[in-house]
Amino acid sequence: MNIVNIINELEKVDPEVYERLDGRRAAVKNLTSIGGKLALAAVPLALGSLFSKAYGRTTAHIVPILNFALTLEYLEAEYYVEGINSGVVPTSMGDRAAIIEIRDHELAHVAILKQTIMALGGSPVAKPMFDFTAGGAYADVFTNYATFLAVSQAFEDTGVRAYKGQATNLMDNNEILRAALRIHSVEARHAAHIREMRNRNFGADVQPWITLNESGGIPGVAAVYAGEERTNQGGVEITMINGFDISKEDASEVFDEPLTKEQVLAIVKPFIVA
Amino acid sequence: MTEKKSPPQETSFINEVEKSQLSRRKFFNYAGLSAVAAVGLASCQKDLRGGIPSAPFAMDDPKNMPKNTVNLGKGDIGILNYAYALEQLEAAFYIEVTKGSYYMSASSKEKTYLEDIRDHEIAHREFFKTVLGRQAIGRLLFDFSSVNFSSRESVLGTAKALENTGVSAYNGAGELLESADYLLFAGKIVSVEARHAAAISDLIQYGTFADVVDGNGLDLIRTPQEVLAIADPFIVTKIIANNLPTS
Repeated sequence: MNIVNIINELEKVDPEVYERLDGRRAAVKNLTSIGGKLALAAVPLALGSLFSKAYGRTTAHIVPILNFALTLEYLEAEYYVEGINSGVVPTSMGDRAAIIEIRDHELAHVAILKQTIMALGGSPVAKPMFDFTAGGAYADVFTNYATFLAVSQAFEDTGVRAYKGQATNLMDNNEILRAALRIHSVEARHAAHIREMRNRNFGADVQPWITLNESGGIPGVAAVYAGEERTNQGGVEITMINGFDISKEDASEVFDEPLTKEQVLAIVKPFIVA
Repeated sequence: MTEKKSPPQETSFINEVEKSQLSRRKFFNYAGLSAVAAVGLASCQKDLRGGIPSAPFAMDDPKNMPKNTVNLGKGDIGILNYAYALEQLEAAFYIEVTKGSYYMSASSKEKTYLEDIRDHEIAHREFFKTVLGRQAIGRLLFDFSSVNFSSRESVLGTAKALENTGVSAYNGAGELLESADYLLFAGKIVSVEARHAAAISDLIQYGTFADVVDGNGLDLIRTPQEVLAIADPFIVTKIIANNLPTS
């Protein structure tokens, strides 16, 4: 998105564009005079609101998607907050520090999503009440470290698939798509490290990537990994592609799969009380 | 979309035999006999990922010579070729890694991860090549002379940089794509690259899986121009990228 071009082009059809965007004309003109293209990382998320407020452009379909993401981030953030507070995470191997880092990322994601929803003129959903035992299925989630890490892995891999499933729904808003992609890959880093923690602490048969539809010994998470076993992408079979020795395990590992919003909500439903 | 083609270019008998031996090595790995198999096959094992044995990437294959110059093109095709170029780079790098002396003496976990990542990048590379068909750029020529393949620090440090660059590249490319299908492919791949980046980071120093993530919990993002500037030292082939979409 080249903000300079957009505003320049707008001025041709609407000389009042600066006033419309922001009464403080000078403030917006300064924005456009920042030499050429703004560094992607520096563009504030609130920029999109400039246009929606100015021209009443509807971003109605985006707010529900962001609220869906916010629900998942509330869940992950609360989970890690409670996890750290419970003392179930040991300090050995830097594990507690890693979970704290992940927790803080999720809290930052909550903040960013709330800010973005409000900038779009929407209302962030309230934080739900959670039951991280899922009605007793993971009764010792905050007393048994193996269980804690197992549920962590499920949440992170679900988060990756959830964001991935919404990316194409955000295509018409570059700024928000950008933020979603930058959160999505962080969740993948979380997932990779949690898997490594399960492997190093408990010898779990998992790698940083997802092999077929395997969870590596976590009960009750078939839905989290369903579909990950696929090896055909857009009509291209990845197994032994072009004659190279790519096993079906490899082929399943090289692409992570999306989940729909409905599939994700079904997965997290047992953890949400209200 | 899938280019209809005959089985791989190399059809000589020796290639086929060595290929089947490579498959057997994979079987031995799965069966836990990798040490034995590796010793037994050392004399005749050459990495076949690139094609003809004793060549890192079919250097001597007249049908697959590297290009002096490639033009990525425009629009979505340009972006796919951009991704293809980066996957070529990563695949070529890891192929070299798995022939080097650090890899040969690395721990079992490190060997497994490096082999897996190598295979992943080959798969990604071939996926883009197939999707692009006639619009695919040719083979790039690389220069890894700045990497010390006998040094763990050099190999893993370079791998980490390449993986993080890949994540930033895919994240930056998302908004440049017009096709929802292509965006989905990019999305499916970027999370795997992020898993690679985390895994390599953790091998270097356990716990650094997200050390590039900023204070807002956001991952790296770069434009194609920024990425190509970073990758440039490794790429001998001249890449023309000025027709890529910029928004």
